[in-house]
Amino acid sequence: MPADSTSTAASKAAAALADVEPRPGVPKPDPILIADGVARRFGGLTAVEVDHLEVQRGVITALIGPNGAGKTTFFNLLTGFDKPNEGTWSFEGSDLGGVPAHKVARKGMVRTFQLTKALSKLSVMDNMRLGATGQKGENFFRALIPGIWTGQQKEIDERALDLLGRFKLDAKKDDFAGSLSGGQRKLLEMARALMVEPTMVMLDEPMAGVNPALTQSLLGHVKDLREQGMTVLFVEHDMDMVRDISDWVVVMAQGKIVAEGPPDSVMADQAVIDAYLGAHHDAPLSVEEEQAQLAEAEAELEALQEEREK
Amino acid sequence: MDFGVIFDNTLNSLFNAEALYLALAAVGLNIHFGYTGLLNFGQVGFLAIAAYGLGVGVTYLGLPFFASIALGLALAVLLALLLGIPTLRLRADYLAIVTIASSEVIRLVARSAAMRDITGGSSGLTGFAGGFYDLNPLSDGTYGFGPWIYNENRFWLLLVGWSLVVLGSIMIFMLMRSPWGRILKAIREDEDAVRSLGKNVVGYKMQSLVLGGLFGALAGFVFAIANSSIQPDNYGTQLTFFAYTALILGGTARVLGPVAGSIIFIGLFVFLENTLVQAINADIIPESIMNSNQVGIVRGILVGLGLMLLMIFRPQGIFGDKKELALDAR
Ligand SMILES: Nc1ncnc2c1ncn2[C@@H]1O[C@H](COP(=O)(O)OP(=O)(O)OP(=O)(O)O)[C@@H](O)[C@H]1O
Ligand SMILES: [Mg+2]
Repeated sequence: MPADSTSTAASKAAAALADVEPRPGVPKPDPILIADGVARRFGGLTAVEVDHLEVQRGVITALIGPNGAGKTTFFNLLTGFDKPNEGTWSFEGSDLGGVPAHKVARKGMVRTFQLTKALSKLSVMDNMRLGATGQKGENFFRALIPGIWTGQQKEIDERALDLLGRFKLDAKKDDFAGSLSGGQRKLLEMARALMVEPTMVMLDEPMAGVNPALTQSLLGHVKDLREQGMTVLFVEHDMDMVRDISDWVVVMAQGKIVAEGPPDSVMADQAVIDAYLGAHHDAPLSVEEEQAQLAEAEAELEALQEEREK
Repeated sequence: MDFGVIFDNTLNSLFNAEALYLALAAVGLNIHFGYTGLLNFGQVGFLAIAAYGLGVGVTYLGLPFFASIALGLALAVLLALLLGIPTLRLRADYLAIVTIASSEVIRLVARSAAMRDITGGSSGLTGFAGGFYDLNPLSDGTYGFGPWIYNENRFWLLLVGWSLVVLGSIMIFMLMRSPWGRILKAIREDEDAVRSLGKNVVGYKMQSLVLGGLFGALAGFVFAIANSSIQPDNYGTQLTFFAYTALILGGTARVLGPVAGSIIFIGLFVFLENTLVQAINADIIPESIMNSNQVGIVRGILVGLGLMLLMIFRPQGIFGDKKELALDAR
């Protein structure tokens, strides 16, 4: 079973970040990713303008912010899928400016996409196989001699089947990826990214469209990644999930980092509520929760009114 | 009306030179378009540059036959690199524009008066095929059976050419079930996903462009040698689209799709032409409706009609998989 929140990795992560001051751009004790002055403009619109951000190694960091805050654009910049107008960023100490996307992935920073990119006309298994790196048969000449690569492919298949099992996709392994449902494609994309054996995974809304029961087990998988020593940076709109699994939360609004800190304190931050929670909140999952939220909101309103009256 | 002649001519055409070079060109396009999703609208440019490499090598440079073949292949690789380097990083449509333009540039440069000493200008080149026929181990006479009877030279060309088709198809079969081929197919589906998994997408697209271009080059050699001449105006854009038609008719991303498609396409062409000519000669089609000068046009119309029907009733082509096609609609 996936590790629970009291596991060693989680407590280590909490300990490492315990003394970090919760303010935007704060330095971390052991950063794996550092971005400096990264800006991306589309014509007159500044989509991303990050002065300084450090991501701590071995922890789960959430990147939240309202629609259009620039989270996806920031992901694209960090992973080489887009080029910034200015700025520098490094991963594990090596500068990533101008490094093409595939080389970023090979360095161990692998991302998924908000709009899922399942390779429709390839089988689920072939999607998984594609993720494996250093395949001998990916060279044109060696591809022509099956003896060279079939042994390696068997090992890859075992690893792929294991991952597919964890993501409840093993029954679908021979189907076209294009025949999967939207949620299943999200799962496949995540499993495929793990085939690369990354040191850092960047997940852009991994839970969007995944049913609640599966979300729970997916959360377990993400925690598991931390357990295995991976660093996770993920974008998510579901606040319950963010609260549940992240060790650190970074808030973006209008391209800038407006807040940083442990989940509970960040979500209580007025700047965050203004920028994000006030403007947009995810639809509740059940009637009870909806009522609970309503009661909460009413209580908050009352508290505010009382404060004003004072 | 002489049905015997119609059927004989049609059957004879199925494995004759026209179907052969169309098949080779379409096999190359299948690598580009069918497997990798590259929109190469200038396949004929690879045929032309390789044919001229052979022709110019023998007649102008005085090279031996095989050295000229090597020159033609090298030029095809060079063309692929020239086309690919500026465009493969960009969106798919840029390659389409650049390839269609470059194939016309090659034809127009070859037929220009300024190039007359080298390429023969608009009258083209002859006298380069001897080296190929000198290698022919067959003695004079006719070979084959039934409707497939050819003289020793044609039989030799067909033997070599179809062997290349078979060997090429086996190679593509091997490649497409390997990790290399998997990357090409994945690029066709979504190249950003492939990039995110650490694969050098531009490098693989380039390999695909070169490999498909080399099949185009083989088609160009067959075309030139079969006619024993290179006529620049035979290398117009129409040939590219015939190759696309054959590919789609047979089924894209299927090893035998382009081969079967080319054979059927040419067979259909020859059948319609012979039938129309016979019907006019026998006065079954009266002069007031069409005369023998219009056979070519009517044949084109009928083939177009047939293709429309195919796209309506069997859009995946003859070998294609309907289930796979349905995935696009999701
Ligand atoms: N290619 C582009 N051209 C022009 N504007 C763009 C482009 N990509 C993004 N933008 C703009 O940049 C801003 C940030 O977009 P981005 O997709 O990064 O937001 P996001 O934080 O991921 O939002 P969401 O939560 O909705 O996914 C938006 O205002 C968007 O309109
Ligand atoms: Mg986004």
